[in-house]
Order: sequence, then C-alpha cells, then structure tokens
Amino acid sequence: MKHIQTLNGATLKASAAKGGCGECQTSCQSACKTSCTVANQKCENQ
Amino acid sequence: MVHTFTALGQYLAADVNSGAVHVLDKLTYDLLSLIPGPMGETLPPELAEQLPQYDRRELEEGWRELLELQDGGLLFTDDTYLDPEAAMALPRAAVVKALCLHVSHDCNLRCRYCFASTGDFGTGHRMTMTPETAKRAIDWVVAKSGKRRNIEVDFFGGEPLMALDTVKQTVEYARSLEKEHDKVFRFTITTNGVLLDDDTIDYINREMSNVVLSMDGRREVNDHMRPTVNGKGSYDVIVPKFQKLVAGRGTKDYYVRGTFTRDNLDFSADVLHLGDLGFRHVSVEPCSGPADDPFAIRKEDLPQVEEEYEKLARLLMERRDINFFHFNVDLAQGPCVIKRLRGCGAGCEYVAITPDGEIYPCHQFVGKEEYRMGNVFDGSFDMEISGRFADQNIYTRPACRECWARFYCSGGCSASNLLVNGDITKSNEVACEMERKRLECAIALNAIAAGMGEAPYTERDNTACNQCGACAAEEKSNI
Repeated sequence: MKHIQTLNGATLKASAAKGGCGECQTSCQSACKTSCTVANQKCENQ
Repeated sequence: MVHTFTALGQYLAADVNSGAVHVLDKLTYDLLSLIPGPMGETLPPELAEQLPQYDRRELEEGWRELLELQDGGLLFTDDTYLDPEAAMALPRAAVVKALCLHVSHDCNLRCRYCFASTGDFGTGHRMTMTPETAKRAIDWVVAKSGKRRNIEVDFFGGEPLMALDTVKQTVEYARSLEKEHDKVFRFTITTNGVLLDDDTIDYINREMSNVVLSMDGRREVNDHMRPTVNGKGSYDVIVPKFQKLVAGRGTKDYYVRGTFTRDNLDFSADVLHLGDLGFRHVSVEPCSGPADDPFAIRKEDLPQVEEEYEKLARLLMERRDINFFHFNVDLAQGPCVIKRLRGCGAGCEYVAITPDGEIYPCHQFVGKEEYRMGNVFDGSFDMEISGRFADQNIYTRPACRECWARFYCSGGCSASNLLVNGDITKSNEVACEMERKRLECAIALNAIAAGMGEAPYTERDNTACNQCGACAAEEKSNI
C-alpha cells in the first residue's frame, strides 16, 4: 500500500478463539494498584 | 468503531474491535477521520468535496486502500465474535486467584496523599496480621481457586516490612502446599523501602517474583509527599536501599512506582530522575480522588497532563534505559480479548484481606463496611457483592461502551469510580482521559519503534519490555 502501513493485525479477534483460561496475572497486582492498563499484561499461554 | 488520532507526529488509526492498528499518511488520516462507519465501494463525492486540498485521484486511491483493510477484517469490524455472557462466567463463579494480603495496617511513612489514611485505612487501629491469619488466608485462596494453578499474593499494607515475620511464614506455608494442591504461588511485595536491609533485600530477591518499590521521583517531590513519622524526608533513606535491591534483582520483575499530584504536573522530570538513579522499570501514576482532594488530578489539569505525557514519550525515545509502565503496551501478544473484557477482577478473581482476616473486593475498598465480603476464619464470602463486581465489564459500563480504548484498559477502576462519582459503575472521566492519552502515546511509540510513519527510524523500543529479551541480553553481557 502506498498510503497505509499496518502496525498490527486483527490479533484481538484471533485471541477470542483460545483465550479465557484465567491463568494470567491480575492486572492491578503488577505495578499500578490504582489505575488499570490491561494491554501491557503477558499471556500465560504464549 | 475506528479511532483516528495523532501522537508524536504520527497519524494513526485503531480498529477497536479487531485490535488492528494502522499508520496512515496525512491524506488517509484526513479521509478516514470523516468516514462515520462501514465504507461503500466508491468514494462519496461529498467526502471529496470536504477535502479540496487533495487531488481527487489520490483520494480515490486512499479510499481503495482503506476499503482493502475493511474487506480484510482490519477496519470497521464489529465485535459479534465475542460472547460477553460466556466471558463473564468465570468472574461470576468467583474463582479467586489473587490476594492483596494486608499484613500490616501500620506504616512508618506519613504520605500526604495516602488512600489508606497513612496505614490504618481510617480505622484508627494500627495493627499487623498474625502468621495464623495469613495461613488461613492461604488456605482460603487454595480452596477458592478451584482448578486455577497460578495464585498471586501481594504483600501490602500499610508497610508490609513491618510484618516481615508474617511475610516469611506465609511464603513458607504457601510453598508447602504447592505440590499437594497443584498450585504455583507468585509473591509480590509493595514496600516503601524504609526497613530494607541486606538480609531483607536478599530474601525479597529470592522469594518475590515481583517487587513494587514506592517513591515519587525527584528528592524535593518525594520528600514533600512522603515524609517519615518525624516529618523528615524519606529520599535519602530509601534510594540507596532500592538501588541495592535492584542491583541484585537479576531479570526478575520490579517496578519503582511513584505518584504524581497537582503539585508536580511536570512529572516527566520524575520519571527521568528515576531512570538517572538506575531504575529501568518505572511507573509514575496520577493521584486520583474527588474534586475537593487537594492532590488529585482535576479536569482543568488535563491539558497540561496530556502535554506532559507526550513530552515524556518524546524524551523516552532517547532513553532506552527506561521502561515506563503505562507506555508498555503489547499490541500483538498481549492478553486475550476475554481478559480485556473482564478487567482487574476485583471482588471476583482478586480480593484484599485485612490483618484480622476480613475480605474486601480490593485494597482500595478496605474499611468501607458496606463492601466487606466475608472473613477467612468462617469462610464467608458475599456472592451478592461479588456478583455486583462480576457484572462490571466494558459492555455494562456505559462510558466504556462508547470508548475506543476499552480493550486496552478493560474498564478502569471500580474503586476510583466510587471515590470520584460515588458509584462503581460510573467511570472516572478524568482518569479515563489520561488513560486514553497514555495509550495514544504508547501506540505511537510502537509505530516509531517499528520504523513506520512520519518520524525517522529508530531502533529504540520503549514499548515491548518483558517481551523483547533486551534486559536479559544486556545484563548477561554486563556479567
């Protein structure tokens, strides 16, 4: 493409198929304790 | 829903439901910003008329590229692939996997912004948790965690090092249960550092998978907000101890975690100062509170705060040695969409336990009697309260339904909503606005790190720490 570069594909949609195991870290435990950013957490299955 | 935005000189588009992110040129940015929803086959003439600065053929070319993204499921996607009811089944079952264990409701600092009323959570009673109570809490979470293998315990306070014996006995006891119950405990400790000594540092670096070290940044900023009981500054006491701890940490996780208030809206200087002290993993976060809180960030502060985040992002492009927590967003391999739907899990997957064994939805609800959920001694657990928290997700919170950032932040903080708006369901809009700005900066940093867009290519990647392996490689090369 001349005008557009795709930085990230449809990864969220793809994750729906095998996600939801619940083994990942609780987001509030990582550092914040007051404000949430979940997108910086790691998946336990990757 | 598509969110078009600019940050750090980049023109960007986030397709909210698919997770796709595109780096645009100015033409496609201007064009996409005018497109309200799913695109047809051809460029509507009225849209072209709104963009007279561009050649018609160029606009048609841009339209075709955007249409190609749409046809490929990368633009204007819907979220019908998700079943929110099924995704929320786990929170409703209240399978608890994480404890915030308040081993101490006492503290040796008197931080002026402390949400825990300098340690006693407004109770007027300073106390520490006995090892017996802590062991009951561990028994309780083992029973409540069902088939979940990984269990997190954060030693919290007050100041948890004031109850170090309880911490040690808890760790030993939990480890003794791992094999029999097929569990893996991961321990974190959140400390102000005052009581750290060599033995304690060794212990923490051996046993804790993560450690959160509390300090605010520059000496004058830290000492203004974080005095000792005697009113003296804490900076000179804690900095050498934190440096020693981090030096022995290896590749294990840690964060030096500060708070910025209305008194230091130039907080980028504090982030950089923490980096100058040798701390790689840094989080400096906004003070949150109701409108009359003297320290909490207010709506009128937002323009300055947002400008400061952008300034910080630009500065961090030249500081590969600093991993700023809120700019660390993994676009490709972060948590699954089901996790993002559910958020922090307070009151369901995650609870706080007080020194006397009382259970609350999270550490920020402790002391609010109407949110007391039960007690580890009698095994009580209020499923009505838990159910109210389980019902909180990005589809049930009205503000989240309309927000482009919902899958990145997962719905914000119920405690913050209660504090500011008196209702766990009503989003704290000031916090939301800051979160959106941080995410825009994080996505722009990702684009720059990938060598895309308007800025010159840079190899410096501030956005993917914990995934890139650079830490480990660098530390190995220094040995």
